[in-house]
Amino acid sequence: MIQQERMAVVQQEQIAKNIYELTLQGNIVQDANPGQFVHIRVSDSFEPLLRRPISIANINKEANEFTLIYRAEGRGTEILSQKQIGDEVDVLGPLGNGFPVDAVAEGGTALLVGGGIGVPPLYELSKQLKARGIRTIHVFGFATEDVTFYEEKFSSLGDTHYVTVDGTFGTKGFVTDLLGELTPEFDTLYACGPLPMLRALETFYPEKQGFLSFEERMGCGIGACFACVCKTTDKSEKDYVKVCSDGPVFAKGVVKL
Amino acid sequence: MSNISVQLPGLNLKNPIMPASGCFGFGKEFANLYDLSKLGAIMIKATTVEPRFGNPTPRVAETPAGMLNAIGLQNPGLEKVMSEELPWLERFDVPIIANVAGSLLEDYVDVARRISTAPNVKALELNISCPNVKQGGITFGTDPVVARQLVEAVKVVSKVPVYVKLSPNVTNIVEIAQAVEIGGADGITMINTLVGMRLDERTGKPVIANGTGGLSGPAVKPVAIRMVYEVYKAVEIPIIGMGGVTNAQDVIDFMSAGASAVAVGTSNFVDPFVCPKIIDELPKKLEELGVKRVKDIIGRSHR
Repeated sequence: MIQQERMAVVQQEQIAKNIYELTLQGNIVQDANPGQFVHIRVSDSFEPLLRRPISIANINKEANEFTLIYRAEGRGTEILSQKQIGDEVDVLGPLGNGFPVDAVAEGGTALLVGGGIGVPPLYELSKQLKARGIRTIHVFGFATEDVTFYEEKFSSLGDTHYVTVDGTFGTKGFVTDLLGELTPEFDTLYACGPLPMLRALETFYPEKQGFLSFEERMGCGIGACFACVCKTTDKSEKDYVKVCSDGPVFAKGVVKL
Repeated sequence: MSNISVQLPGLNLKNPIMPASGCFGFGKEFANLYDLSKLGAIMIKATTVEPRFGNPTPRVAETPAGMLNAIGLQNPGLEKVMSEELPWLERFDVPIIANVAGSLLEDYVDVARRISTAPNVKALELNISCPNVKQGGITFGTDPVVARQLVEAVKVVSKVPVYVKLSPNVTNIVEIAQAVEIGGADGITMINTLVGMRLDERTGKPVIANGTGGLSGPAVKPVAIRMVYEVYKAVEIPIIGMGGVTNAQDVIDFMSAGASAVAVGTSNFVDPFVCPKIIDELPKKLEELGVKRVKDIIGRSHR
């Protein structure tokens, strides 16, 4: 169920250049699933006015806490990055439909591909897949070493490969370059990242089952404002989907890329 | 407790608060959050004869204390609104104000004729002020003669009272308001968004794919209040006011300026519970002012 709650800041830490890890405590945590997001109001004033959608990276239901990883690059996320332990944040969530964890049979293998700030939701996904006895392979692309994070954490869950565009960390190039070399065997693809990456993955694995998480500029976050629509490939029922409420995760092939 | 019910042509409102068209879809998303029967009315998303996909993305951009949008009247079309959206809303005890849009005068007439027969549609809102479509919309709302003719044509076919949503993007909004009153409008809703533009800091190009978008949110409230104030003095028909409403004080401001009811738009995106919150807050605010009936404050700025 979608709730609005003032969640408590439990921890806030910078983990890479302009990348922050924020842990919040509150009841919204109990309904959260991997791949879902929350919509955060960073200030009680009119400036900035709108909420900021941020994906959930790590869920700890026992502690009633979840972790968000975000890049501080605009006014809203900069204000968020200044929140300290004990502060409260106005959160609406959990929102959207996350990754289907049960799409892979026990004993199967999942390939998780992420790009930049699209990597965080794959962490909770990987944890839950592993808990179900599924092997995970992680292939993550970043611009440069400064903005990479969570390599150790992902390595503890499965095979982990990092790629940077400038070659300062891991292999040099894009995720598809490395996937071409690795030719991993897997049953299901899960991906989150920029549109060109998702597009490349669809052509790279035309036959495989897969789930892609999209990002789009949002207004309300609950499906009412029609800001974040994408065209679909199959127009028989509806020629569009809303990223916030129909997604952000869609089965491969649903959204016209 | 103060009495917060108000009566307008076709509308017996248990309170003067309603979500504005385009900010509430057809209600489904908000029905997951609270009981829609709590609302005074619902202004549903603009309906056109044929389904519309709307404009390319990005469709929204944040601005200081506001936002720009250029959705482009995306909607499932008259047929689906009649067969699915409106019947679904019948489960709630709330009057529906159907926002009607089109490219040609005939489109407005066709939608109005049909949609005004739905049992829960108690009034129409003619959208002659959408700034984000190439044809229709605002072109009907900036010329008093064209606006009057449209109202006259729709009045002939509509089974329910007809309200007209005015554009602030005109030199003299009073002139348009008087024209639609002469054309037979039962009420006025105002204001639609103000045409604006935001540029990308790096490229210098517009952020919104459509180039321009409609500005809404707290930033536009002073403009809206001024326009309601002026139109109230010039027409006899009631006004539903809107533009940057976020709390009960804003509602009181709009009603003082001359609105008989108030619509809440952009705030629904910031806080989806804003309408019920305002409805709960309003009686207390009125008591602080010593007001027993909310209708007593309508137009008090002028007395």
